[in-house]
Amino acid sequence: MAFLSYLISGLSLGSVYAIIALGYSMVYGIAKMLNFAHGDVIMIGAYVSYFAMTLMGFPFYIALLVAVFACTILGVTIERLAYKPLRQAPSLAVLITAIGVSYFLQNGAQLLWSASAKMYPNAFGNGQIKMFNGELSISYTTIITILVCILVMICLTLFINKTKTGSAMRACSEDKGAATLMGINVNKIISITFAIGSGLAAIAAVLLCSQYPTVSPTLGSMPGIKAFTAAVFGGIGSIPGALLGGLALGIIETLTKAYISTQLSDAIVFAVLIIVLLIKPTGLLGKKISEKV
Amino acid sequence: MKKIFDKKHISRTTTYLMVVIAYIVLTILQKTDNLGSLFSSLLVPVCCYIVAGIGLNLNVGISGELNLGQAGFMSVGAFAGIIISGLLSPIISSGVIRLIIAIITGALVAALFGYLIGIPVLKLQGDYLAIVTLAFGQIIMSLINNFYIGVDNNGIQMSFVDNKLNLGDGGRVLISGPMGANGVERISNFTMGIILVIISLIIVYNLMYSKQGRAIMAARDNRIAAESIGINISKTKMLAFVISASLAGAAGALYGLNFSTVIPTKFDFNTSILILVYVVLGGLGNMKGTIISTTLLVLLPELLRGLQTYRMIIYAVVLIMIMLVSNNDQLKNMFSKVFAKNKKGVEDVS
Repeated sequence: MAFLSYLISGLSLGSVYAIIALGYSMVYGIAKMLNFAHGDVIMIGAYVSYFAMTLMGFPFYIALLVAVFACTILGVTIERLAYKPLRQAPSLAVLITAIGVSYFLQNGAQLLWSASAKMYPNAFGNGQIKMFNGELSISYTTIITILVCILVMICLTLFINKTKTGSAMRACSEDKGAATLMGINVNKIISITFAIGSGLAAIAAVLLCSQYPTVSPTLGSMPGIKAFTAAVFGGIGSIPGALLGGLALGIIETLTKAYISTQLSDAIVFAVLIIVLLIKPTGLLGKKISEKV
Repeated sequence: MKKIFDKKHISRTTTYLMVVIAYIVLTILQKTDNLGSLFSSLLVPVCCYIVAGIGLNLNVGISGELNLGQAGFMSVGAFAGIIISGLLSPIISSGVIRLIIAIITGALVAALFGYLIGIPVLKLQGDYLAIVTLAFGQIIMSLINNFYIGVDNNGIQMSFVDNKLNLGDGGRVLISGPMGANGVERISNFTMGIILVIISLIIVYNLMYSKQGRAIMAARDNRIAAESIGINISKTKMLAFVISASLAGAAGALYGLNFSTVIPTKFDFNTSILILVYVVLGGLGNMKGTIISTTLLVLLPELLRGLQTYRMIIYAVVLIMIMLVSNNDQLKNMFSKVFAKNKKGVEDVS
């Protein structure tokens, strides 16, 4: 029974990773850049929802909407100001700019809201569902996190596969030049991708803070790195891959913490990533691209 | 003499001259107490970052593989250096000799790690390779965070994850897990830092302009073409990777022995990124650029100290602006017209 409860909390942590990883993966798939500032967008989302709930006294779902709105605007602004002028620049230049943006957001948050951690309000209550004569108890937070993740996945898959914008996105990720010739506004599609990715980051922020209720300017960096790992794990650029990678990472992390060692859990998670990449060099669900000579 | 000043060598010669002149000027300033305590304290760290940066530039600029785990190798070098210096302190009293031994040990241990990590890493390409180096950097940090070593009259004791050290009389703890190394004897000095910078320049320049160096660059520019003319890709990439790691290890040893307290989380992902920023801003494959950008970027936050809390924001904005301006085509054209005549001496390897 203990195993099942660890598995479920792993699933819930993995759901958060999966939602963050989606943001990484979509941006990578379309803009071909590693957006290191993504973790800090999560942090901003956490602060916005925190202030919406504490200062404004909004219920959590309105706070969530406010955070999604704020992060979407933030993501599009970052893209417009910092990444768009570098469309033709070498990928390392874009990477360094993303790092600059990450520093900017982190230090800006520290300046505005101080470095000390804040207690995040309990959004989903302390309720629990008890099963098997009370041997297994699952908190509402865990269930809501998993459900939100499933919902996000379904919506996103429908959006990518069924809408016109979605197919334009797929076209851009395959060949930007050809997409332009087909009359697709590539710049607009990239902006939309950043908007969606950042909106997802805000959802992830609320879910993450409901599980680990502290908000600080460095909140986003570790989940950011982990989710990036998850995206690569599942095959970067692939949406089911991000889900699979995120869930696998969350479960592995929780189970290692429970059964092997708390201190070494990070090392083991990253070691598993390396082993997976050695066996499947483009991640679990990544497409294998043969090299043209 | 003629050889030193011909077209091919002039850039190298100016780089060496720059380092030596900087050393002389800074030493005079320091000896005459004209250098503030803040800048004096930055001399050795700047040298460390330069050496690690030169190593990373070899990897990213010359070999063309993005490495996001350079701080991991620095960490390995730093703690290897601290251990060996701590172990030898009763035997060798001279700080300089112990420092040299520590730097060599740091470089060798980091080279060994570089080799072991290189075997799996170099099988991958592009961003996947980058993420695996990131993962290794995290693993190294996590392992050292759980590593305990101490010495007493009976010998060396080590333990992992839990602190099981049971030291007897005269026992000293060298590394204590997340607390890192405390009470390290500070034997690093600026002279040794500059010597290390010059040695790493000699190593990298000689490699760049040798047969092996040309093979490394050929493998970077076109993997398949290089393979077809008989270059062993994995061997050349491994050479660059291991040398890069060992330079980081040497830099780490110098860094570790410059502070009385060194914690493992000092060498985290952010430090790797910081070194990468120095390298990219200085110019890929351009060692002189790495030296200049490292010096400026380490000093920048300190120079902005008067602005207090705003300094890191300004630092971030400067970083973004440099990237935007240096990649702006219009500005580039303008600059290339102005500097068209000066192009001869440019160190062009990319």
